[in-house]
Amino acid sequence: MSAILHAQALGKRYGRRQALAECTLQIPPGHVVGLVGPNGAGKTTLLKIACGMLAPTAGEIEVLGEQPAADPAQLARVGYVAQDTPTYPGLSVADHLKLGAKMNPRWDAKLAQARIEQLDLYPKQKAGKLSGGQRAQLALTVAVAKRPELLILDEPVASLDPLARRSFLRHLMESVAENNTSVILSSHLVSDLERVCDYLIVLVSSRVQLAGETEDLLAQHHRIVCTRRKETDLPSGLEVIRAEQTDRQSTFIVRGESEIPAGDWSAEHLDLEDLVLTYMERAADPGHRGTTHPTGDAR
Amino acid sequence: MGVRLIEFHLDARSGIAPYLQIVGQVRQALLLGLLSEGDQLPTVKQVVAKVAINPNTVSKAYRELEHQGLATAKPGVGTFVTRSLGQASLAEHAPLQGELRAWLAKARAAGLTEPGIEALFSTTFRESAEAEKEAEK
Repeated sequence: MSAILHAQALGKRYGRRQALAECTLQIPPGHVVGLVGPNGAGKTTLLKIACGMLAPTAGEIEVLGEQPAADPAQLARVGYVAQDTPTYPGLSVADHLKLGAKMNPRWDAKLAQARIEQLDLYPKQKAGKLSGGQRAQLALTVAVAKRPELLILDEPVASLDPLARRSFLRHLMESVAENNTSVILSSHLVSDLERVCDYLIVLVSSRVQLAGETEDLLAQHHRIVCTRRKETDLPSGLEVIRAEQTDRQSTFIVRGESEIPAGDWSAEHLDLEDLVLTYMERAADPGHRGTTHPTGDAR
Repeated sequence: MGVRLIEFHLDARSGIAPYLQIVGQVRQALLLGLLSEGDQLPTVKQVVAKVAINPNTVSKAYRELEHQGLATAKPGVGTFVTRSLGQASLAEHAPLQGELRAWLAKARAAGLTEPGIEALFSTTFRESAEAEKEAEK
């Protein structure tokens, strides 16, 4: 199977503003991919390029082995739910399903109907009268009933309360388990994603800072706390992502393939949130350009 | 699909990998006699629809249970318990339980409060599990 997304030095420029730069990624299939970054990092730009709504100004991209939106067949293979899970306020729930059936060759009417019943949505209800959570579920239903191989969701849970958020993610995961769909979803909060994602991309200031399978990333990173010393006095084979010094103590966040040997230091793993924040802070540091780190390595 | 016998829950702050939490909860259910030989574990779809986690996490947990000889997968049907760990094993563990009781009494006598005991236990538990994993390599 081909990569769900392959990007090579991908870039997008709006006049003088660089929205996405030197984005190189190779995402293997069968993953739920979390795209994390602060607001304005370029997440929406990347997702819109991936589903063919925006053309890049540099580099190359392939989605499911083809150019995004190359032809109707390729369009049918990718489902996209834009930011704030938009629906048509004047149309009823049933109208949304009818529209979906007309516009999508692989539409699964049975699945759509079952989901609407499961969600307890009244078919004649106008979408404009639905709660935020219900609207999100309706948008997800339409996207899932399209039977895509890849589902792209831009900040799907950002505006939902915790209950609706959990419920949305449950339904999303259920459909992933049922149809083997690959998913890319974005959020500015890693806590939204850490339970559902097994692949992570950190995007800050229009550049990819980190990408890989969540489990590998967690295994590769350590926090080393020791008496004050220089980076060069650490065991070899470690890349220092962040160093903090007090008068007496040094704290390093390091990345390396192997476990940290025992020594006069304490080494522990980071949780996903700390890991992401470390890369975000590093990227926000004006002294750092964010390109020194090779990312998106395929396995 | 038969009745659902057990449900899983995840503690994001525990520091224990989610798939290991599921493995632990199945073992726990076996020890408590909630599950026994021949019972079907919830399907991956059922678990993720309830807990909102990645389906691969559940598959990985079930593979680990197979590896431990506690479950077996029947393709297209589901994953089934192959071994009971019920009452008999609790009785087998009576001496261990006695030692644990004695230790708890000592800890209380030393002035440890309940959260203190829990913290000490879970830290030691984790360290020893990690050390054992290291030794296996």
